[in-house]
Amino acid sequence: MNTPVDSYRETLAEASRQASPVVIRGGGSKSFYGRPVQGRTLDVSAHTGIIDYTPSELVISARAGTPLSELESTLAAENQMLPFEPPHFGPAATLGGTIACGLSGPRRPWTGAARDFVLGITCLNAGGVLLRFGGKVMKNVAGYDLSRTLTGSLGTLALLLDIHLKVLPRAECELTLSRQTSEAEAIALFNRWAGLPVPLSAACHVDGHLHVRLSGFEQGVNAAAASLGGDIREDAGEFWHSLREHTLPFFAGEIPLWRVSLPPASPPLTLDGKTLLDWGGAQRWLRTDAPAGMVRELARAAGGHATRFRDSDRDDVFHPLAPGMLALQQRLKASFDPAGILNPGRMYREL
Amino acid sequence: MRPTPPDNAFITTHSTAMPESSIIEQLRKSLPAHCVLSSREELRPYECDGLSAYRNLPLAVVIPETLEQVRTTLQLCASASVPVVARGAGTGLSGGALPVTGGVLLSMARFNRILDIDTRNRTARVQPGVTNLSISKAAEPHGLYYAPDPSSQLACSIGGNVAENAGGVHCLKYGLTVHNILQLEVLTIDGEQLTIGSEALDSPGYDLLALMTGSEGLLGVITEISVKLLPAPEHARVILAAFDSVEAAGAAVTATIASGIIPAGLELLDNPAIRAVEQFVQTGYPTDAAAILLCELDGSSADVMAQVERVEAVLRDAGATGIQVSRDEAERQRFWAGRKSAFPAMGRLSPDYYCMDGTIPRKHLAEVLNGIATLSQEYGLPICNVFHAGDGNLHPLILYDANTPGELERTEELGGRILELCVAVGGTITGEHGVGLEKINQMCVQYNSAELTQFHAVKQAFDPQGLLNPGKAIPTLHRCAEFGAMHVHHGELPHPELERF
Repeated sequence: MNTPVDSYRETLAEASRQASPVVIRGGGSKSFYGRPVQGRTLDVSAHTGIIDYTPSELVISARAGTPLSELESTLAAENQMLPFEPPHFGPAATLGGTIACGLSGPRRPWTGAARDFVLGITCLNAGGVLLRFGGKVMKNVAGYDLSRTLTGSLGTLALLLDIHLKVLPRAECELTLSRQTSEAEAIALFNRWAGLPVPLSAACHVDGHLHVRLSGFEQGVNAAAASLGGDIREDAGEFWHSLREHTLPFFAGEIPLWRVSLPPASPPLTLDGKTLLDWGGAQRWLRTDAPAGMVRELARAAGGHATRFRDSDRDDVFHPLAPGMLALQQRLKASFDPAGILNPGRMYREL
Repeated sequence: MRPTPPDNAFITTHSTAMPESSIIEQLRKSLPAHCVLSSREELRPYECDGLSAYRNLPLAVVIPETLEQVRTTLQLCASASVPVVARGAGTGLSGGALPVTGGVLLSMARFNRILDIDTRNRTARVQPGVTNLSISKAAEPHGLYYAPDPSSQLACSIGGNVAENAGGVHCLKYGLTVHNILQLEVLTIDGEQLTIGSEALDSPGYDLLALMTGSEGLLGVITEISVKLLPAPEHARVILAAFDSVEAAGAAVTATIASGIIPAGLELLDNPAIRAVEQFVQTGYPTDAAAILLCELDGSSADVMAQVERVEAVLRDAGATGIQVSRDEAERQRFWAGRKSAFPAMGRLSPDYYCMDGTIPRKHLAEVLNGIATLSQEYGLPICNVFHAGDGNLHPLILYDANTPGELERTEELGGRILELCVAVGGTITGEHGVGLEKINQMCVQYNSAELTQFHAVKQAFDPQGLLNPGKAIPTLHRCAEFGAMHVHHGELPHPELERF
């Protein structure tokens, strides 16, 4: 019987022979992210299903086309979760797209990023050859850590097939506190609190208010809430969800949306426009018409980088790489995809 | 088949095979005299790392003091096609820092400064020769610490930790080295400087930070590291639980994790290990138990008490025959003292011991431990088990006597069989010690030729001449063909369906 994987293998092998570009597509929920790509579409949404899940192992294995919502509801039924709280950006979001984009939600500074929870990946290289890296175990230093390198590579290195993820128990108690404060004061508080043994799991500042989430055991959460202070937010679940999914009013409208990743205690960025702080100050969302060069220079000067996250101009999305670094990344890309057929240009024109 | 120390046969190009004396001369001309060692007596201390059964002398040892000297060394070696093996503290257990015949051993020991502790961003910028523990010591006045804590943390260097992706007792909750570093400054074999990662939580392009972590010195030389610092937990307690079978202890590990608690550490010692430790340090471990678990819980005081209560109940339900909870910090330290002295305790019990490092899915714990016991009987070599049960990372210790002819070889063969057993249940041949030279043959069991070819292609992208730590970590297809052939001959192939070559 011809499985979907057999057909992907054939498509890739043929495309590599002809050096003709392939555009990998899962649910299409994150097709706005990165540079536009021209080529034959390889739809991998048929490769679905959870392969293995034993809750006490804290590992779930699933095919790349599995809907993210299915994965999350399976975990939730066992009181577990994807600790990196990935954004869906639409009901069609798949596991493969989530890992290929490598995006993480509000919990990221405290539990880790998508790549931190990837234990293993089975993939096809550009020639259609099946490769397995990592596995289902918590610790594995045999061979280079290519499954983490594939995470966030936007489908430019390999076609993801099966993904093994570490998962965690959901906290039994969560509480969100809010208070009115300036952006600068929020940055100072977030970074002071992050240095204390309190169970923070999210910290954001928007529209003149800071919001922090505490997750853990009831006793610890209550003790921390009493020491941090603020008003308890009753609609906390909805609030963090709408932050993660970019459905807060801040994200509405046509002004370009920039993502700036910085050391968390960096002072407020001085730009015309609006700022939303997430990740305790380490991730800043900007709505600004300022020229790209200015945004990138501000980010660079603060020790970080800027991504043009949503904009009609999609020509240069990611922060430019130093020449030596770009050359190395080109060689790395060529090691998986010598003919340059996998999502060429999705990340950088040269990759 | 014992891996032989690598020589420059692994290098992919031999355009300018230079006479050995000439590279030493060039190094001496370009570096201060005390930075270049080349007499036999001077080289001797560098002949092995923590895996002392493997010894080999390099052509020269270079101990640079500045970044420019590292760059010069690399550039001279690159232009002369001379291999370079970087070395931190030399505490590694897989022969990763074993010198290569005809190559230069590059000691980063003098890069031993903590450059900056940034309390606001909770990071430390350090040189690679800084010891793991000294970072936490420097951060302690600020209520912060560096989480990964390999058992050699007093001596091992942070550069070596990155090269091996070191773990430790607390990585179950706080992650491995890869989860706790932000940025690396790296020199390529051509002396080009790369900044990998960033001071922020991510960086643009491919995640080379993950790729460099655990790459065993094959991709570049790390010259500076930025690590994350975490707030020190307010409170911690250890539960010591005894069991009358290893199976019951293994099941208790699963039950603890299934209860929704991630302990800060969850360690298992079997009876031979308990008895060895008690003879050595008298920590009060029950010597009649078949196994004990040490379960550390940390957090705020209120949190810890709630967790202790919960875990105690879980362990009782799982059949614990005795439970003690540390009452104060001194008792907590005493409970850990036994675990921490397990390796030296073995050293008293037996002239030599060999520490393995496989990781398995936790659900196969009992099956694999039984398999190890069977192999121990088959080879007539005692094995103690002391390991990170929470994340399924086994450390079987094979006791042997190197002075008995043939015993080292049998020990290594037994070790190889244990690792193959780990792979057969879906595990890996190394959880935290690295492949180095030690486990290079077992890499052929874990990966097929297409995967190994991809690894070599990645190596080429960084180091086209193959000069950095050649012959380690990733076996050549040729080696695997020979190793595979030998194993087919023994008729013991764990995965007959795997592709062979």
